Amino acid sequence: MPLPYSEKVMEHFRQPRNVGRIEDADAKSIEGSPACGDMVAVYLKVDRESLRIDDIKFESYGCASNIATGSIITELAKGKTLEEAKHITWKQASEALGGLPPIKTHCSILAVDGLRAAIENYEERHGLIREHKPTTIEVIRKRLKRVMNPMVGLDLVRTKVVKDIEIADGVVRVAIDLPADHQFAANIREEISEKIQPLWDVQKIVVEFTE
Amino acid sequence: MEDIVYLDNAAATRLDERVLEVMKPYLFDTYAVATSQFGYLPGIEAKDALDAARGRMAAALGATLEEFIFTSGSTESSNLAIKGVAMALGEKKGRHIITTRIEDFAVLYSARALEKQGFQVTYLDVDKLGRVDLDRLRSAITPETILVSVQAANQEIGTLQDVAAIAELCQEHGVLFHTDATHSFPRVPLDVRQVPVDLVTVTAHLIHGPKGVGGLYVRKDTPLGKWMDGGFQEFNLRPGSENIPGAVGFAKAVELATPEETARLQGVRDRLIERLLQVPYSQLNGHPTLRLPHNANISFRFVEGESVLLHLDMRGFAVSTGSACFSRSLEASHVILGIGGNHERAHGSVRFTFGRFNKDEDVGAVAEAITEVIERLREISPLGKDR
Repeated sequence: MPLPYSEKVMEHFRQPRNVGRIEDADAKSIEGSPACGDMVAVYLKVDRESLRIDDIKFESYGCASNIATGSIITELAKGKTLEEAKHITWKQASEALGGLPPIKTHCSILAVDGLRAAIENYEERHGLIREHKPTTIEVIRKRLKRVMNPMVGLDLVRTKVVKDIEIADGVVRVAIDLPADHQFAANIREEISEKIQPLWDVQKIVVEFTE
Repeated sequence: MEDIVYLDNAAATRLDERVLEVMKPYLFDTYAVATSQFGYLPGIEAKDALDAARGRMAAALGATLEEFIFTSGSTESSNLAIKGVAMALGEKKGRHIITTRIEDFAVLYSARALEKQGFQVTYLDVDKLGRVDLDRLRSAITPETILVSVQAANQEIGTLQDVAAIAELCQEHGVLFHTDATHSFPRVPLDVRQVPVDLVTVTAHLIHGPKGVGGLYVRKDTPLGKWMDGGFQEFNLRPGSENIPGAVGFAKAVELATPEETARLQGVRDRLIERLLQVPYSQLNGHPTLRLPHNANISFRFVEGESVLLHLDMRGFAVSTGSACFSRSLEASHVILGIGGNHERAHGSVRFTFGRFNKDEDVGAVAEAITEVIERLREISPLGKDR
């Protein structure tokens, strides 16, 4: 019986490249949470002149698919400019790994999200966001796609628990169709805030749960 | 699998050669089924062999011959027990069933199936060690209650329930009691002459017997519907050609699972727990003493179980985990969550279960390997770095 993972995945799982932490990183990101079973941190060292990624490291709490994808995206991103690295897709990462089992897709997407979030973090920190577009419901929806619904391991949008989004005077209101005493309520609230907070024109986030 | 240290004996066990030897004649020579007893001699021989096996199974539980029926395994046994009682009493007495949150899937999903048919099911919470609270059970019983199903031992964390006390409580209230003893039989003794339990699920494949053979103890006069349709075998409760080699093998496997062996496994297991709890940020899941003698279940913080398993596999060890990443449903262990554990504790849980073919020195080897693996995975984990 073949292993569910390709030889390439196993190789990166056994010997992950660029693993660890950069203490004086120029940018970093943390995606996922212990509750959803996978978490990845990405650290960047960027050359200010050329905006090239000089060094990249990652840490992973997760399954083989998450570790291997973390490893491959650091390989793909190293030496590239931020603009180039931004466009590395999950598909490219997955192909470079010789494919991933469909059930493991979300754990590997998380690693790609980690890279993008770290680049975004660099741009936000270094004033590289050229024009500040006002936050729209679409932007919020996109960010909520990166918050896992730990019940099923898929994001909040795809699992249709986002009931409503409102934006008014810098206050973002998100209504989640789960009871407030749900075991994941606190965790989901925290993750939503984490994803939306960095937006330049957001001052306050209110997450509401149904009764 | 010769070259691996197999510590997943709660999932499957290696067949004992002595079991295979007693099964062989019923595979190659006397391959008739007992149903043919009135037609020809091999049928009579088959019937005799089945009766003898049944007698030994019944004796192991303190039951009489007519109280034990063979099935295809514990999933079928529990389905028959729960749905059979529902069929027999649902109309006559009531439509309420009580079970626990941490049962195995055969019990949980049998209960869910009945819910869809309009039955009420109470899923009892358990305490942090996985034990059912008797007062809570008592107050859950209503005049509508027809069955209580509480496992004898938990499949993951190994916690034993007070089957005797639960059985007595059910008897007092005139409610039938089923226990799933898949993981405890026969290593944890259960004598139905002393314990007023009505239905007991058992299986062969976890005690070095053949796969595809299980059994259900049914106390005399217990109302039970025939859940599967077919012939009149097994006292007209379980149709289908009798699996005579399987039944013979099951009885032999029970005979071989001696108290001495169980004591040895417990000794090995205790040493493993002691070693593993020396790993920093580790925690025993389940009860420290009231637990299956061959089960250890430990959560390691900051690491995820599937990664632990794959690394152990590369080093030649087979174990199991309650991590969501390992399950096909991507759901974290309902047992660890059921004892109040968070998701991280479920994802980092590793189950070790011993069997006959494990050697005493396996403990040192697996403890060393896991210590290394945990250390390595913690190095690459973003969690727990401030520790």
